[in-house]
Amino acid sequence: MTTFDAIAAIAATAAIDARGLCRRYGRRWALVDVTFRVAPGTSVMLAGRNGSGKSTLLRVLAAAIRPDRGSATVLGHDLGREREEVRRSIALLSHASYLHEALTAMENLRIAARFLERKTGRDALLPLLAEVELDARADDAVSTFSAGMRKRLALARTLLQEGSVVLLDEPYGELDPPGFRLVDRLFGTFKARGATVLMATHLLDRGAALCDEGLVLEGGRLRWHGPARELPEQGGLDPATLPEGAR
Amino acid sequence: MKQLAAALYKEWLLQSRALAQLLAVLVFGATALLLFSFAVGPNYELLRAIAPGFLWLALLLSSTLTLAESFQAEMEHRALEGQILLPANPAALYYAKALANWAQLTLLGIALVPLMVALYDAQLPRPLALAGIIALGTAGLSAPGTLYAAMTHQARSRQTLLPLLLFPLVVPVLIAAVKATSLLMLGDPMSQIGSWALLLITFDAIHWSLCGLLFGRVVED
Repeated sequence: MTTFDAIAAIAATAAIDARGLCRRYGRRWALVDVTFRVAPGTSVMLAGRNGSGKSTLLRVLAAAIRPDRGSATVLGHDLGREREEVRRSIALLSHASYLHEALTAMENLRIAARFLERKTGRDALLPLLAEVELDARADDAVSTFSAGMRKRLALARTLLQEGSVVLLDEPYGELDPPGFRLVDRLFGTFKARGATVLMATHLLDRGAALCDEGLVLEGGRLRWHGPARELPEQGGLDPATLPEGAR
Repeated sequence: MKQLAAALYKEWLLQSRALAQLLAVLVFGATALLLFSFAVGPNYELLRAIAPGFLWLALLLSSTLTLAESFQAEMEHRALEGQILLPANPAALYYAKALANWAQLTLLGIALVPLMVALYDAQLPRPLALAGIIALGTAGLSAPGTLYAAMTHQARSRQTLLPLLLFPLVVPVLIAAVKATSLLMLGDPMSQIGSWALLLITFDAIHWSLCGLLFGRVVED
């Protein structure tokens, strides 16, 4: 085996292998030279202040937007050349709910199920809505839902995708305390399936309790990567408090 | 085909919840026809002669409303991006949306015909053939219109941008559609209608195939 083959084999085993990812909006760089690797089945907390590039990183990894520089593989699929395969591997819970306002919760799920070529019957989809405690509102239009209920429906849609890599962008946002517990439970479901989970959150203690690793972004740059349990202790979001050598 | 069926199912659901918008576009088209007839005055000979042109002008103006609004529901919560990430086939999404727009514009065109007959004292010797020409002409509007609507949906001035981009592109379709409609309504002594219909079919084939190929690039970042 040549060195190149060995490197390729190692890269193929990583769930996410990001190398020098950069992304800009106009003149402002939202991501700068972000490099990290995540092993399959690992759960990673993504922390950072507002505007630090967390959502951009997740959207780049989900193949929703293209990086301006750098490259990445997701389960061995190149983000630049194999975007459809990457999308097939990933389920993204985005800030946007990806829902149609005029349609009911059931219809929104059914559309996603049809595209995913899954079972579309009421019997197949109602348990998903029950999982996020929306089964009683299955036939109500999304336009009548509160922000928290939309988040729950978006979570049900993420569950339906059964992605091997799950990207959660602020999953606790807009949810009530039972909703927090729901996210914790679903996080366990994703892990039990063997999925790799990347979760952007400001709830450091909660994230540290759930995740194996932590990543801290600051101004679009990766400032720290280490065990998640260490992240809340050293401040997490303030680069000045990061351990020597990690800045 | 499963992807196209899924996309058509979505369009059917969305259209069934947007009947008020369909009615608004119909009223807009009818108002345009009415105003054009007032502008010409009670000269029935002239009205009959220009009725086909005004029918297509009303359809063209109405089409910008239909097309611009067709991506509104997809953009509210980035639903289109959500479908692309599932991943849904972009070509299936495009063809379903274009077919929905085509169906809307064809129905609108057919609904405007009785009003045109009443307001412009127009003759209607072959109503089915006219419906066919309307279907061919609106196909030529909806295919590039859907693509441009997707391109301009995030622009602040999309209501201005869409006609600016679309109108120059559909001039050949409009000329062919107006000529074919005129020949149907005013008589066709030289049997030219087949040539104009063939021209429409050619433009439709080019637009529908090219736009389907380009849509994936348009919706990608």
